[in-house]
Amino acid sequence: MAELNSRIPKGPLADKWTEYKAHTNLVNPANKRRLEIIVVGTGLAGASAAASLAELGFKVKNYCYQDSPRRAHSIAAQGGINAAKNYQNDGDSVYRLFYDTIKGGDYRAREANVYRLAEVSNNIIDQCVAQGVPFAREYGGLLDNRSFGGAQVSRTFYARGQTGQQLLLGAYSALSRQIKKGNVEMFTRHEMLDVVLVEGRARGIVVRNLVTGSIERHAAHAVVLATGGYGNVFFLSTNAMGSNATAVWKAHKRGAFFGNPCFTQIHPTCIPVHGDFQSKLTLMSESLRNDGRIWVPKKKEDAEKIRHGKLLPTQIAEEDRDYYLERRYPAFGNLVPRDVASRAAKERCDAGFGVGETGLAVYLDFSDAINRLGKSTIEARYGNLFQMYEKIVDENPYKTPMMIYPAVHYTMGGLWVDYELMTTVPGLFAIGEANFSDHGANRLGASALMQGLADGYFVLPYTIQNYLSDQIRVPKFSSDLPEFVKTENEARERLQKLMNVKGKQTVDSFHKRLGLIMWNNVGMGRNEEGLKKAITEIAELRKEFWLDVKIPGEANEINPELEKAGRVADFLELGELMARDALNRNESCGGHFREEFQTPEGEALRNDNEYMYAAAWEFTGENNEPKLNREVLDYEFVEVKQRNYK
Amino acid sequence: MNLTLKIWRQKNATSKGKFVTYKVSDISSNSSFLEMMDVLNESLVLKGDDPVAFDHDCREGICGACSMYINGRPHGPDKAVTTCQLHMRRFNDGDTIVIEPWRARPFPVLKDLIVDRSAFDKIIQAGGYVSVNTGGVPDANAIPISKVNADLSMDAAACIGCGACVAACKNASAMLFVSAKVSQFALLPQGRTEAAERVQAMVAEMDNQGFGNCTNTGACEAECPKEISISNIARMNREFLSARICAPKVKEGSGGGI
Repeated sequence: MAELNSRIPKGPLADKWTEYKAHTNLVNPANKRRLEIIVVGTGLAGASAAASLAELGFKVKNYCYQDSPRRAHSIAAQGGINAAKNYQNDGDSVYRLFYDTIKGGDYRAREANVYRLAEVSNNIIDQCVAQGVPFAREYGGLLDNRSFGGAQVSRTFYARGQTGQQLLLGAYSALSRQIKKGNVEMFTRHEMLDVVLVEGRARGIVVRNLVTGSIERHAAHAVVLATGGYGNVFFLSTNAMGSNATAVWKAHKRGAFFGNPCFTQIHPTCIPVHGDFQSKLTLMSESLRNDGRIWVPKKKEDAEKIRHGKLLPTQIAEEDRDYYLERRYPAFGNLVPRDVASRAAKERCDAGFGVGETGLAVYLDFSDAINRLGKSTIEARYGNLFQMYEKIVDENPYKTPMMIYPAVHYTMGGLWVDYELMTTVPGLFAIGEANFSDHGANRLGASALMQGLADGYFVLPYTIQNYLSDQIRVPKFSSDLPEFVKTENEARERLQKLMNVKGKQTVDSFHKRLGLIMWNNVGMGRNEEGLKKAITEIAELRKEFWLDVKIPGEANEINPELEKAGRVADFLELGELMARDALNRNESCGGHFREEFQTPEGEALRNDNEYMYAAAWEFTGENNEPKLNREVLDYEFVEVKQRNYK
Repeated sequence: MNLTLKIWRQKNATSKGKFVTYKVSDISSNSSFLEMMDVLNESLVLKGDDPVAFDHDCREGICGACSMYINGRPHGPDKAVTTCQLHMRRFNDGDTIVIEPWRARPFPVLKDLIVDRSAFDKIIQAGGYVSVNTGGVPDANAIPISKVNADLSMDAAACIGCGACVAACKNASAMLFVSAKVSQFALLPQGRTEAAERVQAMVAEMDNQGFGNCTNTGACEAECPKEISISNIARMNREFLSARICAPKVKEGSGGGI
């Protein structure tokens, strides 16, 4: 079994990062100019890393599949970003943010990484304000905060319901400045197809120019993947239509271990599914749970009448409403972590109390808050979200409660990385949602933005230098090396193979079928039988895909169907690994809920004796079963307990 | 719903385009406009035809990728929505819908409804930032900012860079886009330091990219899916004028704009 070395620095928790920075190897300015770094992706992690590395003097090449780096899906994050500033004087600290994150992740994250994340969180807010990010402020001119799930303090900074947009545009502006200076070469409408290894190290990538269809080779001294998560395996998710796993999956097949693939976050507050033509799901920010109360009817007959349109939610008397989160979790109430809130909604709907036409929805009700604070206050806080809801559902949430249901939102799993954010392939780094590192089995709200920017602005720019410090004598790479030519040919052949299938079924039809298998068996509730069934069904679907997919047009032009086909082909492999990982993990933790393992009250039941590890899956060949490696998690500083939000 | 669609088809940047008429049937009034396009494309693929290429990504109105000119209006008939947020309940059974790409010389068509908007990126690269490196910045609460200015700055910063303002303008002016970024920074102390240089550099690049001038028709504000106010253009003009008059150093090549 391969030895996983997480390379956690020694010493007390609070000193590890300081000590690391004090002793790590650096690259001097003259040498930086000679070293090239490829960064794939321009979201919060990618754009902040590309800009910061370029500011340091490295030569950076940055890639995105969108027409502009500003469109990466970080832009869609709504609610906010956490930081341990304690500006509210409510008892927050770096330790408390660290502890909340570890506990929120159900004790399946690495202590040292999470502590570092909490530590640099404050720098992020400072940096963003300096860049001109217009965070919400109080009348005195200082920054405002709101509270989020899984925390008892208010530590979330926000820019209305568009925090991700504003943070991304901040990183994009820093990136734009470096592009102008010539330190970053930007490649838009380019999709990474594979990573190139030379003598076991990552030395470049193969990309497809999505406008001309040409396949290109790009070389560098190190490769950074900031390509986001893989929620689109489920077809319906809150991810962007183009969000995909190709970069991380190809990296996995070249030797990078895949960490905790089954850890998927199902977000509790999304607009419910309304038809089989639906292409994506829309999130309603978790911040709404600050003022909205979640309920379903207490009586089944009321729920039934609502489903048939014979009763309106506003006609249900207060005593006939079941505010089930407040009932089950009095201490945290509507602000329990996402996994807990999602499962509780599923439990009520499965028991027959769901509302909406399909019965797969619960109410998020603002009438109390509107009565208490006035409509204008609610409008100032959530106006754009209410407007978005009304556009989609055609109902006014100021007058009638919102309907919500859980949906796939984020993937905690990703490429396994060590403390330096390097994968098991030397020279290949993974940052942001693309790695597995900080959120354990469940991510807290407003922590994804924090992690993306922490990795890009403040962690990778240090840790990558430790790797590059012994690369300073390595001359600039030629992309004409035989390894590059070989990888390019393989990518080209794969595209040709897809074009040559000339079958009868569309790419989307396969994607929808995969999504359904995943949602039914590898979604909110999982069990051995369902997971085994999923593994078989995915393998069959994959076979059918390669025999019968239909892609029109040519490979040497703009061809969105071909782009989708390549991504779905990878989802069809990754989906199986997710099911295998879920089957292996005979416990419930965070977002991974195995129905066989629950407490009598229906809470997740961990098995710390056997599963207190990060699963790091190793690719062993096309038709071979993947190999499981374990990084045992050592909780040196935190007492491991059963999570309790009661 | 059954609909007739007249869609601009153009194989690539160099070929000549034309309108092609399609029929779609059984469209749910609850589906979004792009989901209606998905249904059309699915049927085209099954027939072996080339589906209609269009830009889209987040489908929740924030990434700014979608960009359809629907019945003569950028993003269609609704106020304050992007194409991806437009829903079919806004149309009637039997309607004919005309769908075109953005039409502006600085936004050349790449294929069908996809245009190249990299000119916007070039304008941001010219100065749409505060020149600070990562690290070494003051505490976030070190400089209080009035809530009014922070809110006005946020109003301007809400721009999604979709280009509807340019598509709506008879002059293909990018003034609303440029002024939104200029205003976001001009209203904040962090952005004031290099405000004069910024506005001149961005306006110069705007002209350089071939965008037209503003003649105050207000079409940009009317069609902006994020309701960016035209008062930002007035602010940019003030900034530009004072920069030209007062700034000790004027960058070469700047001009136009007012």
